[in-house]
Amino acid sequence: MTSDFVAQIFVFGIIMGALYGLASVGFTLVFGVMRVLNIAHGAFMMIGGYLSFWGFTLYHIDPLVSLLLVAPSLFLIGLIFYIVQVFPVIKFTDDHDKIHISLLISFGLCVVLENIALLLWTGDIRSITTSYAGSVLQIFNIRIPFVGMVGVALAVLFVFALYLFLVKTRLGKSMRATAADWKAASLMGINTNQAYLISFAIGVALAGIAGTLVCMIHSIDPNMGLFWTLKGLIIITVAGVGNIRGVLACGLLLGMVESLSVFIAGASYREVVGLVILVIVLMVKPKGLFTSRGRRV
Amino acid sequence: MIKNWKRVGFIGGLTVLFLLLPLVIKSDYSINLLFSLFLYSAIAQSWNILGGYAGQISIGHSAFFGAGAFVTRLLWVNGVPLLLSLLMGGILAVILASIIGFPALRLRGPYFAIGTMALAEALYLTIRNVFPGVAFLPGKYIATYSLIPRYYIVLTLVGVIGLVTYVVMKSKFGLAIEAIRNDQDAAESSGVNLFKYKVLALTLSALFTGLTGGVFAYYHASYYIAYPFGGGWSFEPLVMTIIGGAGTLIGPIIGAIFFVGLKEVLAIRLGEMHIILFGIIFVLVVIFLPGGIAEGIEKIRRFLFKPEKTVF
Repeated sequence: MTSDFVAQIFVFGIIMGALYGLASVGFTLVFGVMRVLNIAHGAFMMIGGYLSFWGFTLYHIDPLVSLLLVAPSLFLIGLIFYIVQVFPVIKFTDDHDKIHISLLISFGLCVVLENIALLLWTGDIRSITTSYAGSVLQIFNIRIPFVGMVGVALAVLFVFALYLFLVKTRLGKSMRATAADWKAASLMGINTNQAYLISFAIGVALAGIAGTLVCMIHSIDPNMGLFWTLKGLIIITVAGVGNIRGVLACGLLLGMVESLSVFIAGASYREVVGLVILVIVLMVKPKGLFTSRGRRV
Repeated sequence: MIKNWKRVGFIGGLTVLFLLLPLVIKSDYSINLLFSLFLYSAIAQSWNILGGYAGQISIGHSAFFGAGAFVTRLLWVNGVPLLLSLLMGGILAVILASIIGFPALRLRGPYFAIGTMALAEALYLTIRNVFPGVAFLPGKYIATYSLIPRYYIVLTLVGVIGLVTYVVMKSKFGLAIEAIRNDQDAAESSGVNLFKYKVLALTLSALFTGLTGGVFAYYHASYYIAYPFGGGWSFEPLVMTIIGGAGTLIGPIIGAIFFVGLKEVLAIRLGEMHIILFGIIFVLVVIFLPGGIAEGIEKIRRFLFKPEKTVF
């Protein structure tokens, strides 16, 4: 009985964790390639979530189909916000300056977007309830919700696709080179500005995809931005800054540890777990849990 | 020397004016407005010590503000003398700050910002879950409620924070802090103990923010317990300081006047829209005027009154 219960907790932990991982991938990409700490990442997730929510309530588009619309729209939004968020930042040569200025700009933008969303969509908590939202797969006594399974599958798929893109394609390789050393990369004839632009837009598009899945599996509201950014911050620190492969693993880890903590200590202290993990990692292994020397994807 | 005396006279006159003001002004509205101006100046100046002078951006000052408010309210309502409760609130804020500060300030990169935000957000969500209610003031406190002592306490706080910031920044500590902000590597190779000074700046900043939170709890008759932990208290001091001019003594005060004034004018007409406007102004200032309004004024002054320096 108890073992079933624990297994069930792990199922929910994995679903949440996959969302955390997907939410953090774009965040890590943007930070890794251009040292832009995009606090507004969660706000872009919120926009993606609301777009798919609109699609569903106004035009009855299934959220899984609307992903095909949300991702390109967010890609475009990313291209536009590049002007505000990245353009004023990349002229600095020092990483420290880049991080600080981008942090301030995106923090301001996060508040702006949050309040615009509050005006547009009110403060109500929304979610998409599809016809198949209630269906579950039952294995022995463990119930796995269908939308959750789809979410985990898509999260893994997108992270894997991004990984392949970065490793196999020419553009992806130029992005990795820029991440490793932008000065050397630009000396070797790599168009670093193009790499910046594409990685920022991809990062925002990934936020939109994550937002859609969050809207389908969990719920969205205008204030969700900081919550998801916080998860992203914890995960990129634990995974090691700029480490994309570790992000999914860390997301799953965080999701499961949080679920377990709810089982042990109650739901009230759930958010403290991430903070404790963060502090421990900063003390013990500040470069991240899953980093080997000098490797970064 | 003469210039210095002018400044002392100006500040002294201003102090006397603010001390006498409640005797002249009888409208509660004006006193309340002045109170919020001073409260925002205090929290912005506290943020400025760390974010402006020391260059360590905190996006989680609400944690310190909330902790100060929480402890002060708890102790004060249960009969502990007010000043002691305020002090305890400040001390708890410092303890919280050291949880994140000790591991994060050793490292370079985004870790301090990440840590402060994680602390603030985790604390906010936890407090909201554990104490969802409203902190009411007991009847006997309500019966004796008066704005005047609250006004003087916040005035003292602003004065103390301003004075301490001034004295500290003129000392060896201030020089070290400024060196760190301008060039960490150069400062470190000149023998400045980076970690020690960053921790000191964080301690001062958290202490003052906690005290300001305590004054907030002393002022308000009832508020949601989680409210002082909310993200607004991280956003606003940062915005005020950056808009006013980070790393200057006058900057946070200019920022607070700007913020409170504009809020007063806009909040009635635009409602929540005023936050959007603030956010946009803030982003524009960060991009185009990194020194804030203080730098803008300086630029205009230099443009109008050309310095005595001649070309030859």
